[in-house]
Amino acid sequence: MFPKPIETRSASAQFAYKAMLPIALLFWLAPLLAVALFSIKPEADFTNANYWGLPSRFEGAVNYGQVFFNSDMPRYLLNSVFITVPTVIGAVALSCMTGFALGIYKFKSNLWIFFMFVAGNFVPFQILMVPVRDLTLQLGLYNTKTGLVLFHIAFQTGFCTLFMRNFIRALPFELIEAARVEGISEIRIFWYVVLPLMKPALAALSVLIFTFIWNDYFWAVVLTQGAESQPVTAGITSFNAQYRAAYHLMSAGSIVAALPPVAMFFLMQKHFIAGLTLGAVK
Amino acid sequence: MTVSADISENESWFHRNQQSLAPWLFLAPGILFFAVYVIAPVFQSFNLSLYEWDGLGQAEYVGLRNYEDLYYEFVDRDAFYTALKNNVIWLALYLLAIPAGLFIALFLNQTVAGIRIYKSLFFFPFVISQVVVGLVFSWFYDPNFGLLNTIIGFVGLGPINVLGNEDLVTYGIIAAGLWPQTAYCMILYLTGLNAVDPEQIEAGRLDGAKGWSMLRNIILPQLRPATFIAFVVTIIGALRSFDLISIMTEGGPFGSSRVLAYYMFEVALSEYGFRMGYGAAIAVVLFLIMMCFITYFLWSMYREERGY
Repeated sequence: MFPKPIETRSASAQFAYKAMLPIALLFWLAPLLAVALFSIKPEADFTNANYWGLPSRFEGAVNYGQVFFNSDMPRYLLNSVFITVPTVIGAVALSCMTGFALGIYKFKSNLWIFFMFVAGNFVPFQILMVPVRDLTLQLGLYNTKTGLVLFHIAFQTGFCTLFMRNFIRALPFELIEAARVEGISEIRIFWYVVLPLMKPALAALSVLIFTFIWNDYFWAVVLTQGAESQPVTAGITSFNAQYRAAYHLMSAGSIVAALPPVAMFFLMQKHFIAGLTLGAVK
Repeated sequence: MTVSADISENESWFHRNQQSLAPWLFLAPGILFFAVYVIAPVFQSFNLSLYEWDGLGQAEYVGLRNYEDLYYEFVDRDAFYTALKNNVIWLALYLLAIPAGLFIALFLNQTVAGIRIYKSLFFFPFVISQVVVGLVFSWFYDPNFGLLNTIIGFVGLGPINVLGNEDLVTYGIIAAGLWPQTAYCMILYLTGLNAVDPEQIEAGRLDGAKGWSMLRNIILPQLRPATFIAFVVTIIGALRSFDLISIMTEGGPFGSSRVLAYYMFEVALSEYGFRMGYGAAIAVVLFLIMMCFITYFLWSMYREERGY
């Protein structure tokens, strides 16, 4: 192990290390902790310039209650769910198939198609912006969740294909050959042989795409406008405009908006990290 | 049933050609979506950059005029080159996430009690949306009550308005961006460090390598795949910087924190007008910059594929 395990050092070094951990963490998360602190303060603290002292009263329930019951926030959250979940399902489904095709079959243009997906996944959003917005308008899907979902599925297919194809490449190919010898059709090989083996990849990819899409801001701004279809990342800016300078509410709102992917991360940590670091180890 | 016995004679055309047809059937939906929403729009944008169009009326062909306007800054004074310069600063400074991530990973790569929680909490900023990161950091920088000014106030330094200062603003936003990006690089390196070959470390120790020389000669070469991915995602992230700028400054003050990605959006889709063709020209420039890196990434991947 590198660096040298701390257990092999002197007791004082071990103590120093263990003391440093929480301090370092405190500094690292300071901006976030500040917002958490703001979100439980009463409004009076801000007018009295008591920004950093202890809250004069605990008003967390009031502030978060305000966010949940007296603003458009629940609506934005729901929109985010209805945008994110279909996208995850769609992109993962499409890329299971593309990944299977590119990972299993040998044909001439295989690598080129694969590179097309990879390259497409890296292009700047701006080069797609005007044509995609135009297309969405023409389809009558501007300012709808469907319009956003369709684009997200298409774009995420690039990354998902890269992921799935590399995952399938690492599966034992003998399994597929054995199945072919048995005369099993290709679609059945896909469904009964390969798909069950892909469960870890499906889990990893789902949490990753969930986070990416939940946190998307650019496309939300480009393709949607009002509270009826905007996800929470775009909604938070309208929320903040509504409560300008009400820092206790803006903080509570930001925390609520940030929470779902955070929860997802802590619940599915293993899969999440496996997904993010795919390829980081050979 | 005797179907299975004479199946070879009754095989349909589809069955006989199954193995060469199957990949295309599996690829069809994905390629269709990708072609419509990603590949075609790239070419459409290239085409659009030769027109003047307000998004509604007739588009007028203007040849390369949009590019001339950019090059000579006929339309917006000091906009294009400021944005371009900021993109370069973003690229250069964003890469700091890689050594910073490595540093934190080395700090956390221990096995003391509770270390897993620490690793997760250090990774935390990456999971939060950039919009929230932007909000959090604009309050952090706030000249009246921000944590930054509260802290430097203790040591007697006057308040600085990072986001209101033309010379500081881009650096302030990059610092905010580095926060989640460093977390990402850290997790890549933690995974990489986990897989480092312990025998090589032992061999190195016997040869008297430790600390810096161990890191450079034995650990870093084994972390290469992690470094490559960290490099790719950091470059892409730097060139895609949009959310933070939009949330924290909207390109201001006086356009000094614009990057190409934000400038393009501003030109094509904001109250400053709907100059789609001009916006497309900016997008093409950004695309060409990105293409240099994409080509390099693909080339690296291609070499690796050949190695299979």
